[in-house]
Amino acid sequence: MRIFDPHIHMTSRTTDDYRQMAEAGVRAVVEPAFWLGQPRTNPGSFTDYFDSLIGWEPFRAAQFGIRHHATIALNPKEANDPRCRPVLDLLPRYLAKDGVVAVGEIGYDSMTPAEDEVFAAQLALALDHELPAMVHTPHRDKARGTQRSLDVVKESGIDPGRVLLDHLNEVTIGMARDAGVWTGFSIYPDTKMSPGRMVAILREYGPERVLVNSAADWGKSDPLLTLRTAEAMLAGGFDKDDVDRVLWRNPVEFYSQSGRLDLSDAPDPDVTFAGNSILRGGS
Amino acid sequence: MTTLDELRTFLPAEDFQPADVPALFPAAGRRYGREPLTEGWTADEAARALMLAAVPPSEIQDIYRYGDTAEKLAVLKALPLLPIGDEGVPLLEDALRTNDTRLVAAALGPYADRLGRQAWRQAVLKCVFMGVPLHLVHRLSERADPELGAMLRAFALERQAAGRDMPPDALALLDSLSPQEA
Repeated sequence: MRIFDPHIHMTSRTTDDYRQMAEAGVRAVVEPAFWLGQPRTNPGSFTDYFDSLIGWEPFRAAQFGIRHHATIALNPKEANDPRCRPVLDLLPRYLAKDGVVAVGEIGYDSMTPAEDEVFAAQLALALDHELPAMVHTPHRDKARGTQRSLDVVKESGIDPGRVLLDHLNEVTIGMARDAGVWTGFSIYPDTKMSPGRMVAILREYGPERVLVNSAADWGKSDPLLTLRTAEAMLAGGFDKDDVDRVLWRNPVEFYSQSGRLDLSDAPDPDVTFAGNSILRGGS
Repeated sequence: MTTLDELRTFLPAEDFQPADVPALFPAAGRRYGREPLTEGWTADEAARALMLAAVPPSEIQDIYRYGDTAEKLAVLKALPLLPIGDEGVPLLEDALRTNDTRLVAAALGPYADRLGRQAWRQAVLKCVFMGVPLHLVHRLSERADPELGAMLRAFALERQAAGRDMPPDALALLDSLSPQEA
């Protein structure tokens, strides 16, 4: 089984996670730029973070045979801090990179006027850079936040087929499908979605334009819940082709719209120098 | 060593304007491809070297600062071809602080002749530690000195105490630096 995790914050994960993911069949990941546990207070903190997403983290992933791409954006929560706003001016540099396959995560956290402004500005950046957009839906007041996100997407003029609306659930999938966007589901141990509920959604709506991710980060999360969802699909009567579609072909199709998704040489752990320091434990 | 003029013969149509370089540089792989162009150079590396030749040194620092790994590697590779004196040395020092084996190896090309002796010895030892093959270090046998030998010997003792092997290329270097018994 081959797995593409289209949303996972590897910066927060250990090399042991990478090892287990590789063993579970994860061959490719997309790491969206988002907030960290600790709020940032200046643009330099963001550029160092973005550098890691296009530099260090792909190198780390490659040690385990996993291809790593990123999405870059100013996230909605930190968009509310005026000290972080100049990050918007730095984004074009990063949106030009080979490894950047979408603008994201953008969208809403608390649905403030500042978030409105930054969301719209970044959808415009996606259009300018001919990149898809990856939209986070809020945890609080989710249904209204999802509808408002879809309204902003529509207003921006971006093709809904180039938009992924993420962290959806039973309540919000309907409006997302009606709008014609790709639908993302984050499978979590306690919150968001579970493998069983995901299988029920797939039964009701089918596998078209459905992406399943672990969204694993610094909180209580599990990078192997993509695999667990695949197993639940098979146990629930879906065949291997359905699993491959949801866990590989759909994310490949969505992010390929960037023209930059490169899975041609999904890195071999032996390509870099033998006995490198990561596998050994750091230099 | 390849020169900028030689690279120009392989990309004859390209005469980069300084104003275009910031936008073109990150897109070089998509625009020129990543296939081998001439000995030791891929098309994107060659195009990037010619772009760097078109801009002032301060811009080179900026391109490196905001570069992804492929861009940083291209800058490091181009440094010895560029008329910038010692201004690129801080970029080598930046690359040598990373834990990316590709950047560390790229920092030890011909431009590393401008790196101070102590920094260079530390870099060579870091290669041994990270498993970067020593044949990638430019002028290794000429620059290796007794002090590097002493550092390698100490490292070999640590490895021995831990029951771990030294890489064969590091052992060979250590042998070459050890006083020969009469």
